[in-house]
Amino acid sequence: MIHYNRFVLDNGLRVLVHEDTATPMAVLNVMYDVGARDENPAQTGFAHLFEHLMFGGSINIKDYDEPLQRAGGENNAYTTNDLTNYYCQLPAQNIETAFWLESDRMLSLAFSKKSLEVQRKVVCEEFKEHYINQPYGDVWHKMRALTYTVHPYRWMTIGQELSHVENAQLDDVKNFFFKHYRPINAIVVVAGNVKTEDVKRLAEKWFGNIPMGEKYVRQLPQEPAQTNARRLEVIADVPLDAIYKTWHMGPRLDKGYYAAEIITEILGGGASSRLYQALVKEKQLFSNIECYQFGSIDPGIVTIEGKLVKGINPSTAEAAIEEELDKIKSTLVSEQELQKVKNKTESLITFEDMTILSRAGSLANYELLGNANLMNEEMGRYQAITTKEILQYSQQIFDVNNSNTMVYCSKN
Amino acid sequence: MPNRKIQPAIVDAIDFDLQLKPCALFTLDNGVQVYAVDAGETDVLQIEWVFYAGNFYEHKNIVAGTTNFMLKNGTHSKNAFAINEHFEYYGAYLNRACYNETATITLHCLNKHLPVLLPAVAELITDSIFPEEELAIYKQNQQQKLTVKLKKADFIASRTIDTLLYGIQHPYGIYTSHDDYKALERDELVAFYQQFYTKGKCVLFVGGKLPSNLEQQLNTSFGNLPLNSTALPAVNPVAIPATEKKHHLINDENGVQSSIRIARPFPNRHHPDFMKVQVLNTIFGGFFGSRLMSNIREDKGYTYGIHSFIQNHIQQTSWMVSTEAGRDVCDATIKEVYFEMERLRNEPVPQEELELVRNFMIGSILGDLDGPFQIIGRWKNYVLNNLTDAYFYKSIDTIKHITSAEIQALAIKYLQPDAFYELTVI
Repeated sequence: MIHYNRFVLDNGLRVLVHEDTATPMAVLNVMYDVGARDENPAQTGFAHLFEHLMFGGSINIKDYDEPLQRAGGENNAYTTNDLTNYYCQLPAQNIETAFWLESDRMLSLAFSKKSLEVQRKVVCEEFKEHYINQPYGDVWHKMRALTYTVHPYRWMTIGQELSHVENAQLDDVKNFFFKHYRPINAIVVVAGNVKTEDVKRLAEKWFGNIPMGEKYVRQLPQEPAQTNARRLEVIADVPLDAIYKTWHMGPRLDKGYYAAEIITEILGGGASSRLYQALVKEKQLFSNIECYQFGSIDPGIVTIEGKLVKGINPSTAEAAIEEELDKIKSTLVSEQELQKVKNKTESLITFEDMTILSRAGSLANYELLGNANLMNEEMGRYQAITTKEILQYSQQIFDVNNSNTMVYCSKN
Repeated sequence: MPNRKIQPAIVDAIDFDLQLKPCALFTLDNGVQVYAVDAGETDVLQIEWVFYAGNFYEHKNIVAGTTNFMLKNGTHSKNAFAINEHFEYYGAYLNRACYNETATITLHCLNKHLPVLLPAVAELITDSIFPEEELAIYKQNQQQKLTVKLKKADFIASRTIDTLLYGIQHPYGIYTSHDDYKALERDELVAFYQQFYTKGKCVLFVGGKLPSNLEQQLNTSFGNLPLNSTALPAVNPVAIPATEKKHHLINDENGVQSSIRIARPFPNRHHPDFMKVQVLNTIFGGFFGSRLMSNIREDKGYTYGIHSFIQNHIQQTSWMVSTEAGRDVCDATIKEVYFEMERLRNEPVPQEELELVRNFMIGSILGDLDGPFQIIGRWKNYVLNNLTDAYFYKSIDTIKHITSAEIQALAIKYLQPDAFYELTVI
């Protein structure tokens, strides 16, 4: 059970406090309700580029990192298709420095030309390092575009193409900032060796007078139900053939989300999972195989991906996957198998909650979903899933008309 | 209105009194030592079995790593599936890893499941059978993975620089080839297992909210095993560094980035310069605000990241700069790395920068001591390197008191381009 206090400033900024006196440290986490899904299709990669620009100086503070390091702190940030999160951890006595830094960049960035020029290059190198200069690096660009026809999940957070990032202009940066980076669209979580009354005072002092901004009302094109299986064959300069499959699943708060998570664990979680045992160990068709879901807020993706053992025909390998899917679609999983996955989930949640950094991030995440207390209800939602529901959701998800398949062939 | 132009008052991290939580030490009936840190609010444990079974002790390449990997692949009473099923059913994570001097088994679990998990770990240490068929699958799949990795410039760069530094015959410099997998025999694994696991030298490290009967539970499962019953062979490999310092490889004609490694040999933790160089290294390339990051990423945008670090080796080590930079700016990046070395040799580090780095390093250690797994991890590092907690307090003292003059002297001593190997892989 994670305890927290919550209050809202006059400008709409939501603040949550999690007190933990066992640590000498404190964390300040700022989550903005903007991700790659909120980008203009002609300017993808912007939310992530923006994350880089957030370290290029704010209106009153020329450098973000230096004062934080001077206070004994460290920070980082990440962008997903759904949201952008900034966090710093420092000795609790110095928490006010974090308020000072984070509030100034919420007030306004410096919008330096030089920072934009440099970070465009840095992000291009990041793009190359992770997605171009890697075998199989373009797989998820292709699979997202195959799986989604209209929803903005069809591009990656890094962006659809390098040119979108290369062409970003300072005016675009300003517009993006004042649209999304306002108190009304943000959540602050402070965790660690702090007192709620002090956090309240500091939050009022540093964030209280930032203009509220306009509430961003998300109106994204929703992906229509898929009615026909889609297929793609790619030939590339890679050493091994590979198969990638995706299916649409329910949104984050839907019961189907929890079922999908359990289904992917049964199929692909660990060395005792079904796909690993049947296809890697017994039939030896794949050298590795994975099954997982993307954890998206809007309706997301269940995926199975694997690399084939040299010499195995892709259609044989794909048929073997289908055989495993037919089993989970036609026969109830055993109570013991379901219990195993629930035990693993309990363990995972317990281990995840061990650091204040991760607790702060989780609280922000659930607040963004609508209610921070969901964090404490999460295990109950998994516990409630029955073997019958696993069967029912497996049939729904693994419907052939809901599937997307890419065979990624080695040209050698 | 708060004054946003000036930083709120801070307590200098260097004024903190950092304490390393003490570690209990007890001995099982068979002489196996157990280091244990009791901390944290959650009923979870991390138990690590450290065996002196790294690649230092193998007579043939990859025997140590394969033996370690296959510990989970079958005993007389359980096949690989049953072993995995057992640990996963109780939500436990059982990992293994092979390093140079040591190889480990690590268990993470909820305390309530410990009684059914410990006997299963004991079984892996005493009764693994290394089935031929499991070995065949392992060889095939590892070779496929290797084929994919060989396409990656950063993989080639990381293993090539180690070979340049230590020589292909040295455990720190050797790497794996397809032929190594083909030549591997089951009997070699069994012999290695018996000598270095079943009867091998073993030390345990436990962190978490310790159950009151932990010692008894460990003794029941491990106290009567034949561990520590054979003497560890003396192994003293000699490094043979390459004579040619500069190497440029093309792995992929179409590569858009170049993997850059610039490294020199460096003594181990017992050398009097080691702690002080940690401070110099932090300034050079050891954190986000370092000279290398500020210049090459934040000013020039040549790379997504550039870091320098001392490799985590016990016997001897190296000081390395590592980055992936755009192919067209590869030479410019290397030039800037040497430029930053030169600046550290020629100019004393300004007081303000040094104070910032002191605070950053202390704050970082403070953050790092948060939680039982981190604390026992630090203790493990000391024990395996033949150090005590005096090393911790001396490090803190070094960070707090090292001077700009000392740092400059170290830069002059170590940051000499002639001493560095330089490798690029496209």
